[in-house]
Amino acid sequence: MSEVFIFATLNGLVTGLLLFMLASGLTLIFSMMGVLNFAHASFYMLGAYFAYTISGVIGFWGGLLFAPLIVGAIGAIVERYGLRRVHASGHVAELVFTFGLAFLIEELVQFFWGRDTKNYQSPEIFDFALFSLFGQEFSAYRGFMIFIAIAIFAGLYVVLTRSRVGIIIQAAISHPNTVANLGHNVPFIFMCVFGTGTALAGIAGVIAGPVLTTFPGMATVLGSIVFIIVVIGGLGSLPGALIASLLVGLLQSYAIASDVGMPELLTLLGISFDRNHPLNDLWTLNLPQIAPVLPYLLLVLVLIFKPTGLMGNREE
Amino acid sequence: MTMLKVSNLHAFYDKSHILQGVNFHVNAGEIVSLLGRNGVGRSTTVKTIMGEVEPKGSIEFKGEEIAGLKPFQIAHRGLGYVPENRDIFPTLTVRQNLILGLKGKEENGRWTIDDMFSMFPNLATRADVPGGVLSGGEQQMLCMCRTLMGDPELIMIDEPTEGLAPKVVEQIAVLLQEIASRGVSILLVEQKLSIALKISQRLYVMGHGKVVYEGTPSSLLEAHDVRAEWLEV
Repeated sequence: MSEVFIFATLNGLVTGLLLFMLASGLTLIFSMMGVLNFAHASFYMLGAYFAYTISGVIGFWGGLLFAPLIVGAIGAIVERYGLRRVHASGHVAELVFTFGLAFLIEELVQFFWGRDTKNYQSPEIFDFALFSLFGQEFSAYRGFMIFIAIAIFAGLYVVLTRSRVGIIIQAAISHPNTVANLGHNVPFIFMCVFGTGTALAGIAGVIAGPVLTTFPGMATVLGSIVFIIVVIGGLGSLPGALIASLLVGLLQSYAIASDVGMPELLTLLGISFDRNHPLNDLWTLNLPQIAPVLPYLLLVLVLIFKPTGLMGNREE
Repeated sequence: MTMLKVSNLHAFYDKSHILQGVNFHVNAGEIVSLLGRNGVGRSTTVKTIMGEVEPKGSIEFKGEEIAGLKPFQIAHRGLGYVPENRDIFPTLTVRQNLILGLKGKEENGRWTIDDMFSMFPNLATRADVPGGVLSGGEQQMLCMCRTLMGDPELIMIDEPTEGLAPKVVEQIAVLLQEIASRGVSILLVEQKLSIALKISQRLYVMGHGKVVYEGTPSSLLEAHDVRAEWLEV
């Protein structure tokens, strides 16, 4: 039992931290610009595809370095020549723009790379077990994923709270006009934040591509869950995004690893049911089956009991 | 030498014609006040100079036309602006608020954070507390100090004494004179005459979106009709 729990925790951590890599960029963009970027997961997908192509030429590490830079540059261009112009027409126009951008990126990926799954592999240097527990191995690559995610959180946290750039960014979130009057180029800062946010999504793509497979639907798979995380954590809160990512990752992992189901629950409550009843399928549901729904359930609960999210402080 | 020269300045909020041909100037090292009742366009004038409201007309700063530039570009040319609503960054500490005023990484202007702390020991003792917990007077001081950290050559201050206790108003008057003594020109926007009459070299009175009187504190004191028509409530 403890074996299942430990590995479920480790897998939950890996999933949660991977989700955080995506959510961190999304929450950064939202907190700064008030833009809910529907295309965020598409930048994650671009990261994986660029890394796949680059790693074929100069290896995995080249992909890890250059793919996020390319994705970040594309993000900055999208902000500068797309979002900034659309911004004048309000938030609905921005939402529609990013929504359309997600479709466009998916089509472009299929056009240039095809519809099939790509053989994007983690580097051989990680082809060993970091440790073994109860006869099960925990791969070095998963350890590497955890390391990168923690490094991103620590780096972002230090930059945002300790550096002058972070102070300017924090101030520009709430008082853009005042920051501009002090001589700071707020539109340029916004562009850099958007570029950095999309580059972070790109890093997530580079790291997750070999594990979660690189295919044109990979953005859709994670897209909605990342939004849920950002809302659960509190829009604009980096620590909130981390906590919500881990919560969702662990919740799903524990649910998948457990063998508890409705029959056990109903038996515990002393309720019996007829196996020939038309709703038999509902009564025999087990936790692993409903694992994908749990984050959405968590979202509903958070919205009911703390609408601003776990760490959010926005009242509007 | 003329630092700021505003000629035939017009500004609009949607279809409302707020500034209807404003003309005035501020010389180097001068303290000039822009007076008038609420709603005559004083704040809109400084916002328009700063690029927050689209200008129509001419705004020259150190002989260079700045109308149409973006606020951060105007700030980089040496124009500082302390807004009416103070706009302290409430979650940032006093020190961080001051750092935000710097245009580059270094304190290489005529003001340092230590200068600010020695002028206002209150800010020094609260250097590491969030700006949002300061009193109204301390926030006003912090807001002015923050703008000074960017080393402006002319600073426009909108209603610095609004809602403050007389003792704090006195402190602000002292600070403004200290600022001027270091060679920084001041455009003081005020509704009340209290410190404007005491520290200004020249003053302008606005009414209906344009300048209706130009003079000195002593000439305004004698101009009872002007005060009655454009200033007194």
